[in-house]
Amino acid sequence: MAVISRGFGSRRRESDDSLPPGQYLTKDFPVLSAGPTPRIDTADWEFSITNETGVVSRWNWEQLHALPIEDIDTDIHCVTRWSKLGTNWRGVSLDTLFKDVDTVYEHTMAHCYGGYTTNIPLADLLDGKAWIAFDFDGEDLDPEHGGPARLLVPHLYFWKSAKWIKGLQMLPQDQPGFWEQNGYNMYGDPWQEQRYW
Amino acid sequence: MTATVASVHPETASARSLTIDVPGWRGNIAGQHVDVRLTAEDGYQAVRSYSLASSGPGATLQLAVDRLPDGEVSPYLVDDVLPGDQLEIRGPLGGWFVWEPSLAGSVQLIAGGSGIVPLMAMIRSRAASASTSPFRLLYSVRNPDDVFFRAELETPTPGLEVTWAYTRATPTGWPRPTGRVTGDDLSAHCFPASENPAVFVCGPTGFVEAVANALVLLGHDPARVKTERFGGA
Ligand SMILES: Cc1cc2nc3c(=O)[nH]c(=O)nc-3n(C[C@H](O)[C@H](O)[C@H](O)COP(=O)(O)OP(=O)(O)OC[C@H]3O[C@@H](n4cnc5c(N)ncnc54)[C@H](O)[C@@H]3O)c2cc1C
Repeated sequence: MAVISRGFGSRRRESDDSLPPGQYLTKDFPVLSAGPTPRIDTADWEFSITNETGVVSRWNWEQLHALPIEDIDTDIHCVTRWSKLGTNWRGVSLDTLFKDVDTVYEHTMAHCYGGYTTNIPLADLLDGKAWIAFDFDGEDLDPEHGGPARLLVPHLYFWKSAKWIKGLQMLPQDQPGFWEQNGYNMYGDPWQEQRYW
Repeated sequence: MTATVASVHPETASARSLTIDVPGWRGNIAGQHVDVRLTAEDGYQAVRSYSLASSGPGATLQLAVDRLPDGEVSPYLVDDVLPGDQLEIRGPLGGWFVWEPSLAGSVQLIAGGSGIVPLMAMIRSRAASASTSPFRLLYSVRNPDDVFFRAELETPTPGLEVTWAYTRATPTGWPRPTGRVTGDDLSAHCFPASENPAVFVCGPTGFVEAVANALVLLGHDPARVKTERFGGA
């Protein structure tokens, strides 16, 4: 039984059943990061996937853009409680990038420029659920929001959509990434409200 | 956990601090925050994060909240809540933007507006401990009236240096013109990158972005710069 806060509720925002529990709608695009925003030149940019035998699949900026690029229209949900509906992105599907990756491992760790890490099960990256995104609302992705490219895994809380993505490492079992070691949930499903421990 | 408001204290014209009693609270580290959940009579709920200005083992906590005029939760906490009222909190949350007295070395704190709250917890944690780590605080506020925790910051404990920066209006005769914190302010008043200080930057998102970028340009190791963004543009 919840504790009633006397007199609260007069300024409430309209409730919206299309939002996961505990989220509120924002028109802004707030920023959550643990430190300064890294600046990465697309000339130096590279994305890689490393499998269990140490085989590395690599793409530079041109090679990534030569792959099929998809338009993504999706809702995003941040653990700090804001949600944004109908955001537009362009990027390359992880299905495309994993096509020639040979692995039996089922977990991944995303590594980023700047040192950030986050863990995601492989199944959550495949079947049209995740992208390497480099364009937001018709423009190059801002560095504050993870540009030049970020992981986009919109069905999980947005900290899983690692900014400044650099690579994915296949793992035999789940391991906590950066925010996960600092108190956030290992999986982060917004509809289950898996925010913290 | 159920929290009962023990006392309220105005900090500025738009902000106030709340002291809350939380039976069963197991203590927190300086820099951590809580989620505050408010429930209306009809069951409607809203949750927001608030940093703790207090730390240590006690079960009496302090929050300080700035009112966003068109906000939903902050006007309630600043204008409506009275001693005896109840709210729910969850925490302590966050294990990254924290400082503990056992950490050695210089500490540079940089706050914009209500971003002072978790940094105040660090200042108080240091003062309450045997830590001899030198602390500096650069505190950016709009006007001289917008200072939180004024009494404590105007007579800082030994080992803490406080520098003020005003963005809209200054006290009379103040040497620095009004304006946002720049790289020049940071090099004039902060520990230099060569000392490799631990740096904590907290405030509205735009403030934190600008300051953190300027620190990196001044040579600070990005891994030593920890940020907490409160939201907004
Ligand atoms: C980890 C963390 C710690 C925080 N600690 C504190 C604290 O100690 N003291 C404090 O006063 N606040 C703190 N905040 C901000 C707080 O959680 C709320 O966002 C703030 O009180 C506004 O809530 P609201 O319901 O009044 O406004 P809302 O109704 O949520 O928002 C109104 C509008 O203002 C925007 N907005 C949200 N935050 C800000 C901001 N800071 N500046 C400008 N615009 C904003 C929103 O995007 C929205 O468009 C913290 C936030 C985080 C993430």
